Amino acid sequence: MTAPPLVVTASPHLKAPASTPVIMWTVVATLVPIVGAAFYLFGISSLLVITAALAGCLAAEAVFNRQRTLPDGSAVITGLLLGLTLPAALPLWMAFIGGVVSIALGKRIFGGLGYNIFNPALVGRAFLMAAFPVPLTTWSAPISSVWTMAGDNFALPLMSADPAAMITAATPLGLAKFENTHSEILPMILGTRNGSLGETSVAIILLCGAYLAWRRFLNWRTPVSIFATVAAVTTIIGFFDPSRPTALFMLFSGGLVLGAVYMATDMVTSPTTNKGRWIFGAGIGVLVVTIRFWGGLPEAVMYAILLMNALVPYINRVTQPRVFGTPGRLTRQQKAEAAA
Amino acid sequence: MRAFGFMHGVHPPERKELTEKVAIRRMAFPGEVVLPVRQHAGKPAKTIVKRGDRVERGDTLAVPDGFISSPVHASASGRVAAIEQWPHPDGSTSEAIRIAVDSHSVQVPRLRLVPDWQQLSSQQIVQAVQDAGVVGLGGAAFPTHVKLAPPKDAKVDVVLINGAECEPYLTTDHRSMVEFPERVHLGIRVMLKALGVSRAVIGVEKNKPDAIERLTETAPADCDVTVLPLTVKYPQGAEKMLIHAVLGREVPSGKLPISVGAVVQNVGSAAMIGEVFETGLPLVERIVTVTGRGLRRPSNLIVPVGTKLRDLLDYCGGMTDDAAEILFGGPMMGLPVANLDTPILKGTTGVVVLTRDEVRAQRSYPCIHCGYCLDACPMFLDPQHLGSLARAGRYDEMQQHHLADCMLCGSCSYVCPSNIPLSQLFQASKLAVRRVAPAGVKA
Repeated sequence: MTAPPLVVTASPHLKAPASTPVIMWTVVATLVPIVGAAFYLFGISSLLVITAALAGCLAAEAVFNRQRTLPDGSAVITGLLLGLTLPAALPLWMAFIGGVVSIALGKRIFGGLGYNIFNPALVGRAFLMAAFPVPLTTWSAPISSVWTMAGDNFALPLMSADPAAMITAATPLGLAKFENTHSEILPMILGTRNGSLGETSVAIILLCGAYLAWRRFLNWRTPVSIFATVAAVTTIIGFFDPSRPTALFMLFSGGLVLGAVYMATDMVTSPTTNKGRWIFGAGIGVLVVTIRFWGGLPEAVMYAILLMNALVPYINRVTQPRVFGTPGRLTRQQKAEAAA
Repeated sequence: MRAFGFMHGVHPPERKELTEKVAIRRMAFPGEVVLPVRQHAGKPAKTIVKRGDRVERGDTLAVPDGFISSPVHASASGRVAAIEQWPHPDGSTSEAIRIAVDSHSVQVPRLRLVPDWQQLSSQQIVQAVQDAGVVGLGGAAFPTHVKLAPPKDAKVDVVLINGAECEPYLTTDHRSMVEFPERVHLGIRVMLKALGVSRAVIGVEKNKPDAIERLTETAPADCDVTVLPLTVKYPQGAEKMLIHAVLGREVPSGKLPISVGAVVQNVGSAAMIGEVFETGLPLVERIVTVTGRGLRRPSNLIVPVGTKLRDLLDYCGGMTDDAAEILFGGPMMGLPVANLDTPILKGTTGVVVLTRDEVRAQRSYPCIHCGYCLDACPMFLDPQHLGSLARAGRYDEMQQHHLADCMLCGSCSYVCPSNIPLSQLFQASKLAVRRVAPAGVKA
């Protein structure tokens, strides 16, 4: 008998089926229905804006593609998520630059996938928000047909859109903040309200998130913690100041659901311990309510998540579970004994 | 069925269906057996035979060197062909005694007296177990008699018998429990007597209901032996996890089970002690699961210790054309072996032959901090942090983060979606730590 050639590898020799590309591409797949909803609600402009953001991300990833990271799918997630946080009428060149910044400054300069501190899509959006505050907060009026352009998407680079070319309409959060008008809840759940491309289709986002949680590709503790904290803090403040929006309004308005399900759960930039995930979510919830109620902007989810991203290494360190067979956190005396 | 378990851990595919219903058969004697003097934890045995000596099956070839050591016996009658360095399953070589098996011999061992264990003192039982060369048959091969002679100040109140067999593929213990439950119980009674303890618990994963049933049926009425179903989870058979699941006691970091009053023995070792006091024959053969999709005829076999891998595989119909990797032990902690002359040792629980598409050789991705490894680690370590420290060579920090508590079970590597070889990194780090601070020198 001649033996076949044998190989030698390190144990373990079995491998759980979920791999990093599988996780990434599954997340991409669950974003497709949300993109579809954006097309239905905001028309052809939505696809153009999302494609431009995606193209920016992929271009940047390709330029920095030293470790052949393009196929792992993470840049596609960043591109889609960035696109979904933008308004329909944004000039495409801005979306493209946002994508480039997401990958280049949000991820690559830290060392690529796994090493970035901040959620790359939100870094890109924060950059756009700082550079182009007006286009980023200009919301076009509802469309008459999906083939109607929402605004001047094809504005030339370095040019802003012609404001006269579009009719605007406010978001529920903007109405609450600047005009003290409270929108109805039902359209907010169905998605027929104004806002960023991907943030309005709350029901679809929750369904996709539930699927990812079931596959264990996102940890349910983070969004649950965010929702619970936002609801609790809003309710408590409501006791003192009844003119404030209700908890339901806070949950379904703005980018809270999209941010809680897809951005705060980004594995790279969220805690690795379960206790840490609860704390991380609670921190985001408190910041969201604080910024929305007392900040200068109607929307707060982006900054809340970015701020909490910065705390993740610390949260991880202080929430490590007790190692089996050890007495837990060492008392000062035990530390002295160990040092002796 | 209520089952007892531990926190964290993983659920790898069991793959036991290949052999779990296959009755144990006896393998024919091969033409040559090779017996390394280093088959157990502790000091290697000292060879007392020389080239050309005629030996009968069961004769002592090498004697223990001190208390934490174990003798080696001839597993077949024949002539000592050579004493030389020979490939060892751990990848190194060891002094080994090669015996050319006498093909005309009927392989009946010399007549020997079988002591009545009920008449023996604790010390005599311990001596008899050492003389028989019994070591832990679950894989670690720690000399069994050492655990039966705890230090005087230790208070042992229970003997735990490990029948979890949580490694995928392996069915060695499963078949022993189903086919030789009386032997297991005899071994337990001998151990209880040696330790002066009255209570024993056999922990069996509940995916082996037939084993639980057989052990319960045959349990002796006159002593306190219970069979406890355990959750099916890896690494349920790890000593500390088993003790936690069965007794709810946590072995302190860096301590032995004896510090919480427990002595843990593998169910195969119990059956072996039973056999020693039944037949008087020392440990010259063991039950081995030979399995895997890369093997034509998966089997549970009684194999003479020292049988070469080549002979064992041939006896099981040989490897398939797409066979690619051979493991000694299970797939989670087993060692890859590429030399077909490597002998089966006392501690070899199984041989698994993987096919080409089962071999794990995918590319690694950067750590994405998914936290899966934290949820998998049964010791509640932070494998992803330890992994990045290992890559940076920061071994001192790793020790502060409890590297010593890692038992290399491989759960973290199993779940890692980025395919980072965590347990391999930890094994290398442990070696590096030992090199920097040799035993006895305080770091």
